[in-house]
Amino acid sequence: MALPTYDEVIAKWDPVLGLEVHVELNTNSKMFCSCATEFGAAPNTQTCPVCLALPGALPVVNEKAIESTILIGLALNCKIAPYSRFARKNYFYPDMPKNFQISQYDEPICFDGYVDVEIETDEGTKQFRIEIERVHMEEDTGKSLHVGGATGRIHGADYSLLDYNRAGIPLVEIVTKIVPGTGKYAPEVAKAYVAELRDILRGLKVSDVKMEQGSLRCDANVSLKPIGSDVLGTRSETKNVNSLRSVERAIRGEMIRHAELLNEGKKVKQETRHFQEDTGLTRSGRSKEQAEDYRYFPDPDLVPVTPAAAWIEELRATLPERPSLRRKRIKEEWNVPDKEMEAMINADVLDIVEATVLLGADPTKARTWWLGEISRIANDQNVAIADLAITPADVAELVALVASGDLTDKLARQVVEGVIAGEGKPSEVVAKRGIKVVNDDGALMAAIEKVCAEQADTAEKVRGGHLPAAGALIGAVMKETKGQADAARVRELLLGHLGHAAN
Amino acid sequence: MINKTAAQMADALAKDETTSVELTQAHLDRIASVDGQVKAFLHVDSEGALAQAKDVDARRAQGEKLSPIAGIPLALKDVLAQKGVPTTAGSKILQGWRPPYDSTVVSKLKDAGVVIMGKTNMDEFAMGSSTENSGYGPTFNPWDLTRTPGGSSGGSAAAVSAFEAPLAVGSDTGGSIRQPAALTGIVGVRPTYGAVSRFGLIAYSSSLDQAGPFGRTVLDTALLHEVMAGHDPKDATSINAPVPAVVAAAKSGDVKGMKIGVIKQLQGEGYQKGVQTRFDESLEVLASLGAEIVEVDCPSFEYALAAYYLIAPSECSSNLARFDAMRYGLRTGDVDGASAEAVMSATRDAGFGREVKRRIILGTYALSSGYYDAYYGSAQKIRTLIIQDYAKAFTKADVLVSPTAPTTAYKIGEKVDDPMAMYLGDVATIPVNLAGICGMSLPAGLADEDNLPVGFQIMAPAMQDQRLYQAGAALEAALLSKWGAPILSKAPELKGAK
Repeated sequence: MALPTYDEVIAKWDPVLGLEVHVELNTNSKMFCSCATEFGAAPNTQTCPVCLALPGALPVVNEKAIESTILIGLALNCKIAPYSRFARKNYFYPDMPKNFQISQYDEPICFDGYVDVEIETDEGTKQFRIEIERVHMEEDTGKSLHVGGATGRIHGADYSLLDYNRAGIPLVEIVTKIVPGTGKYAPEVAKAYVAELRDILRGLKVSDVKMEQGSLRCDANVSLKPIGSDVLGTRSETKNVNSLRSVERAIRGEMIRHAELLNEGKKVKQETRHFQEDTGLTRSGRSKEQAEDYRYFPDPDLVPVTPAAAWIEELRATLPERPSLRRKRIKEEWNVPDKEMEAMINADVLDIVEATVLLGADPTKARTWWLGEISRIANDQNVAIADLAITPADVAELVALVASGDLTDKLARQVVEGVIAGEGKPSEVVAKRGIKVVNDDGALMAAIEKVCAEQADTAEKVRGGHLPAAGALIGAVMKETKGQADAARVRELLLGHLGHAAN
Repeated sequence: MINKTAAQMADALAKDETTSVELTQAHLDRIASVDGQVKAFLHVDSEGALAQAKDVDARRAQGEKLSPIAGIPLALKDVLAQKGVPTTAGSKILQGWRPPYDSTVVSKLKDAGVVIMGKTNMDEFAMGSSTENSGYGPTFNPWDLTRTPGGSSGGSAAAVSAFEAPLAVGSDTGGSIRQPAALTGIVGVRPTYGAVSRFGLIAYSSSLDQAGPFGRTVLDTALLHEVMAGHDPKDATSINAPVPAVVAAAKSGDVKGMKIGVIKQLQGEGYQKGVQTRFDESLEVLASLGAEIVEVDCPSFEYALAAYYLIAPSECSSNLARFDAMRYGLRTGDVDGASAEAVMSATRDAGFGREVKRRIILGTYALSSGYYDAYYGSAQKIRTLIIQDYAKAFTKADVLVSPTAPTTAYKIGEKVDDPMAMYLGDVATIPVNLAGICGMSLPAGLADEDNLPVGFQIMAPAMQDQRLYQAGAALEAALLSKWGAPILSKAPELKGAK
């Protein structure tokens, strides 16, 4: 039997989702010790007796991590528990120094929330509510690097290297309730949910939310039931989903895989699967048929978390505007066309454009600069826009210089290059490079006469009424004036010079 | 000099009658002379101790203000991490491990200028009541070398009892300070849970473990208690409150008007006759000093032992998971092609002793899904009931009392194959740990039938540790005048002693 197409899958089956998102918090120190959390440090340089689980070492909770988690809970419309505890999740694995993970179990700090997401459907924009079951705190494990063997997995490896820098980094796990009723839009809804979460978390400034670095990781639970049935199917849990696109692909792929099995009368195995970026398929991981017994119990080394109600309210008051509402507001206030809005979101320039606008720049101009020239340079240099050495203040200044006529758009592009090259603020680049608009008609006329003399044939054609030929002459004049002339004025003067009155 | 109390030694140091180097050397000599028989120490750090002593002497010479016990030598239970010094918790699995950091207790001792002479023997990971579960062989009771000194802090208690050290640090999870103190004729205190930092104390049962002091007198014990205790931000369960004035209490030693509650459930049947007799006599002494003796009822204590043997193994099954050969300690089975899991299993099999394995298995079972509520859950409920029993009893009495242990020191090997009999020895000490309160054991004399020391236990509410010392000092003074000489003077001379 051939693999069913997606349309065949959704004609018969109704997907049910469940999403678990792990977020690494961007606290300066780890969850239970004062070790640094910087990404990419040399292996095992950010460790201490606590996160290496030396005999006698004890954990102490990072208060900043609790604050960040409460903020996340509040932003996801959750209730905040006045009393919650940490538990130990016991299992042996070499990258987990204590051989138990400190995690919240049956007493999470945040619970019962929701996130609304919007996606485009055949019937127009539609909103889906994703209910949040819990938001809880835990610690990350170290990293294993399995050397040798074919798969890079522990089985068949010659040896394994362990890096405990990540061990103990604060993690927040956000778990949805089951998400039914998304039908054929399941992959899009999941992607929109993770994107919305990412935006919310970024707005809260509690995480770097970089999926490619693992600071935001999504485990996608998928099951299928026959359309109209109330009985849930067996789910698979797909891990290693490291981009928004992968969320969508992984769910779509799992739906097809499940449908194929079910169509053939086979059973879906309850198991963990690993998403493979290259093929878009998942492969079997640990089987979960025999539920592992983690022997959870309250961690006796830690005291309960009891945030004061007043503190929670203080935190609530600091919540930023919700990203989805903000996008709506911006779209309306700036009158941005749909496509442009999408482009801004995809290029992740909303914050930076808004900052530019707040500094006085025209929204359309600001957007055009960031999405156009600056994006192009970022692409060329293969870096993120945010990592370029140009600030919203620089762009606002640039827009002002163009508006006042001190720069043409073309000259402004040179200025952008200069700013990014580290030559200073736009005004400094203008001064250093001696860039200025040639407004002196006398100088322009001298250049026009020179060009017309050099390209007498072309000039004659224009004089004879063949206006498109003027382009070449204008270009030559611009070159003569080192691009500092206003092209429109050059055209006007040239045409006048060749016997065509301005119109 | 080694026969004096720590307070007397401190006085001699303050008056320049001796130096810490002299004092330390005298104790090191004593250790060299008798420890071959007692086997209190797993590791003697002569070099480190003498360097520390020299440093304290220099500071004293410069007129620096020092702690009251600066320069006094001490024996440290091997359960506490000391930077650079072998620390094994009595287990083969940690053989050769030298911690890269100091436990908070060790930092405090060092800051106070206390001279740490070495690490003392203990039941492996503090699991046991006789020091026979040590991975390095038992410690012998200085009163009778065929008998156990108790445990798990048997090495520390024996060291103090044998005059190898005037002070020692132990840890008490179910009686591991008080019971060996009782069996060796010295004073031992388990402070209130959270009073002494657990940072660097190799965990057995986190919610029950507490380090505490040993001394030959109530005052000596108080002097050490005051140095060890205090808030520590590195231990989340550490109490953030001033240390109770235990030294002042030990100096005042007054029980006039104090209400002393005798726990009905912790006497009579199951207690050795000589133990009960000395206990009853001590009560009479206290009454004669003006204390009011009342009886209190603690019905839930009947279940204390059962609760303890569910909670402690449960916590230890998780606490000891870190000993996996990956980062430190023993590593066996690491042959070509062996998986990490196989190396972990082989190492844990080779490195842990029988009692440790027994408790890990017990605890793993008690926490497993489907059994959690019946075992761990029920045990926690009993714990709550015991806390309530104490709370009620403390409305009727300022301190509560009982014999520390049902018997005097028993023979090495006597109970080794009968864990239940061994566990019963902790019946009177365990409730204190479950409730997180404080307790002291001090000598009440020798049992008539075997001439071995009997311990008298005093218990006080959480953070009222000073009451232990107040009542203990009063009883100690009265008994001393009755006996005419400290109890340890009645212990037989050890061969090889100078």
